[in-house]
Amino acid sequence: MALLEIRNLGISFGGLRAVDDFNVEIEKGCLYGLIGPNGAGKTTVFNLLTGVYKPSEGIIHLDGQDITGKKTIEINRAGVARTFQNIRLFKDLSVADNVKVGLHNHLEYNTLEGILRLPKYRAIEKQMQEEAMELLRVFELDGEADTLASNLPYGKQRKLEIARALATKPKLLLLDEPAAGMNPNETQELMDIIGFVREHFDMTILLIEHDMRLVSGICEELTVLNFGRVLCQGKTADVLNNPEVIKAYLGE
Amino acid sequence: MQKAFMTKLKSNKTLKSNLITFGMVIIAYILMEILMAAGILSNLLKGLLVPLCVYAILAVSLNLTVGILGELSLGHAGFMCVGAFSSAFFSKCMQDVIPIAGVRFTLAIIIGALSAGLFGILIGIPVLRLKGDYLAIVTLAFGEIIKNLVNILYVGLDENGFHFSTKSSLDLNLSENGTVIIQGAQGITGTPHDSNFTIGIILLLLTLFIVLNLIHSRDGRAIMAIRDNTIAAESVGINITKYKLMAFSISAALAGLAGVLYAHNLSTLTALPKNFGYNMSIMILVFVVLGGIGNIRGSIISAVVLTLLPELLRGLNDYRMLIYAIVLIVMMLFNWAPACIQWREKIAYKLKKKKIVKINGKEA
Amino acid sequence: MSFLKYLISGISLGSVYALIALGYTMVYGIAKMLNFAHGDVIMIGAFTTYTICSTLGLPPVIGVLAAVILCTFLGMGIERVAYKPLRKAASPLAVLITAIGVSYLLQNIALLIFGANTKAFASVVSFPALELADGSITVSGETIVTILSCIVIMICLMLFIHKTKAGQAMLAVSEDKGAAQLMGINVNGTIALTFAIGSALAAIAGVLLCSAYPSLNPYTGSMPGIKAFVAAVFGGIGSIPGAFIGGILLGIIEIFAKAYISSQVADAIVFAVLIIVLLIKPTGILGRNVQEKV
Repeated sequence: MALLEIRNLGISFGGLRAVDDFNVEIEKGCLYGLIGPNGAGKTTVFNLLTGVYKPSEGIIHLDGQDITGKKTIEINRAGVARTFQNIRLFKDLSVADNVKVGLHNHLEYNTLEGILRLPKYRAIEKQMQEEAMELLRVFELDGEADTLASNLPYGKQRKLEIARALATKPKLLLLDEPAAGMNPNETQELMDIIGFVREHFDMTILLIEHDMRLVSGICEELTVLNFGRVLCQGKTADVLNNPEVIKAYLGE
Repeated sequence: MQKAFMTKLKSNKTLKSNLITFGMVIIAYILMEILMAAGILSNLLKGLLVPLCVYAILAVSLNLTVGILGELSLGHAGFMCVGAFSSAFFSKCMQDVIPIAGVRFTLAIIIGALSAGLFGILIGIPVLRLKGDYLAIVTLAFGEIIKNLVNILYVGLDENGFHFSTKSSLDLNLSENGTVIIQGAQGITGTPHDSNFTIGIILLLLTLFIVLNLIHSRDGRAIMAIRDNTIAAESVGINITKYKLMAFSISAALAGLAGVLYAHNLSTLTALPKNFGYNMSIMILVFVVLGGIGNIRGSIISAVVLTLLPELLRGLNDYRMLIYAIVLIVMMLFNWAPACIQWREKIAYKLKKKKIVKINGKEA
Repeated sequence: MSFLKYLISGISLGSVYALIALGYTMVYGIAKMLNFAHGDVIMIGAFTTYTICSTLGLPPVIGVLAAVILCTFLGMGIERVAYKPLRKAASPLAVLITAIGVSYLLQNIALLIFGANTKAFASVVSFPALELADGSITVSGETIVTILSCIVIMICLMLFIHKTKAGQAMLAVSEDKGAAQLMGINVNGTIALTFAIGSALAAIAGVLLCSAYPSLNPYTGSMPGIKAFVAAVFGGIGSIPGAFIGGILLGIIEIFAKAYISSQVADAIVFAVLIIVLLIKPTGILGRNVQEKV
């Protein structure tokens, strides 16, 4: 059974049909790409998947569990984590604290234990620190654990956002244009990291990207969206050679 | 042991910062006690010691809403009002029942803080979904409503229990040996004088302990995450409503605590625009912003400085509030105007020739 | 009959609120700041007219003109000295607190010059009162003038904003300061102009407020200022017709609450209605709902 199964997903804003009859199945461990021209509805699909918007119709199943129309936090707890196209970090928190917020629902103590600094607070905080540092090491951010997130250079901010998403221990990771604004070296590094994350965390990844080198380099399967509808779906190489896809991207 | 502590101190910036904050309060307390024992302190200043603690607690508690949660509240005096009246009401009723002041006052503190916290929850549930200036005006409105309603509340007690009215004390229909406890605009008279400077300092330290420990805990991180980016916080599974409400109600409860301290320092408690109106809420906000949004220690310092300033200028009579206003404007420009910050950094660089550290950080 | 009487006095009070709220909402819409000193500019305007008409004995026209001119420059001066340096401050709260400082400053300047005693303000309106229904209802000249000037000013403002180049520049600045600057709009000039207009309106509002309710002291502007702020939020802050509607409604609610319920809780009722409106429509009656894009 597929990890993510979407059937007939659709949403309208006023009269605009932003996403229409969207179907996809993503197997566990797959690295899946969602591409398409600007305004095709890619981010809207992410927003539907994470409960930012409620779908007008269709169903979303994650690992056999129905998450259609659930709230964002419930969907995150069910195992979906994401990054954002325009980076959304907790800019006045330290790098380590950003990750610790991601660990929030996995390592718990109550408010009173926190205020009174009871032994459980100490034990859990220690564990949080260790887990956060472990994640930061993966992204080579451990040296900047105490830096404010807003003081990180752009490329590292993108990486921190992925680290924070992984801290919520998701089954499915959604990356919204992870390479946007990166130079070729940084993109190459990012590709290595995404590959490593998949191996290391046994992660299923769905990503939106415009950088064709990244898409063709790491995605195994692709869906192409155009005007809110699926234009083409399948193995990366087949999709990229599809004349319809080339037409949508390059025009007639 | 001591060495281990010192190394821990060096490595842990927040621990160090917290210790400085607590130390500052304790040193100020000892200094004042010494001055008082030596008889140097003027009566005017002696009378200001408890209010100073009240304002410091208010500023720290409002900073939890404004600086840590990142929401603008203009109704903080309303929560102080709830704490003051509920606790004064309790103390007056129990004056004869619980003769031991310590026990009675402890209970009054708990009652005052809890009722203010409860109001925080009741008000927070509907209004916290509003944003920015809309939230500000609604909290202002709630503060004014609370003050207004307290002014028309009459409560009396006789052998048949409590009597309530919104018209006059005669409408309470009390029996002969009944007493009026809350008398509308005249408020509560004869609250036991249980507050003093030492208790004020203890309550301030308690407030600091709660707020600082909350900030540096899992819940505090969640609250600050909501402040920095609500959508991202939601995406990593933070319950926005729960944590907004938590910060708001703890902030309200601590304002209630300040109210308890305030009420038990006066023989007559009335709800005037001056002490519980929007002017008071705004003054607390001035403390918070001037001291640095999110900077807990700064809140205490600015509350103390801005409360003492008009008193120190008393010799200037009519000009003192004028000077106060000018000092406030100048200090705001000096602290916040980007041009001033640049200029200050340049001076600091010239003086130190060292790396410029960013000033006005959000860390407490 | 009494209902009609209350309605008229509600509209009368409401049009004063509306006039103040127009200034509030303009400044908010364009400079994106709550100008807490707006109420005190009103007080300064009223004191100017008082000085010129009652103390110097000059005709009301000169008094009103002087108030408008003084407040225009005062508003621009405040903006230049106290608000402009903070426009790019790290927190929007900084300028809010400075505005509170300016409010204290204006109050204490007035206190030093005129003292704390309340002055009896002589009405500048010589318009005759209107008698309706065989004299059982009188509409005072002040009420008529206030309502008329409020409507005229609102229409002029709307025409100014939608039909003139300077007005269009204001709209552009309110949408996006950076983009407006790139389009060659003088952002600083536009904001200064906004404060000039807002403060001129405050002067007129002050004179009319004190003509209708003839008591004047350094704190006169404070409560109407807050009420007008409530009215502006009520109607949807930033919206000019919203400020008008909000002001009128607020006046009517306040007078009705005083007449039919209790004068002690009238303010509480006004604020309660505001809360209910905002809970139903979080951006006020005519406010735009802007959602953050994910």
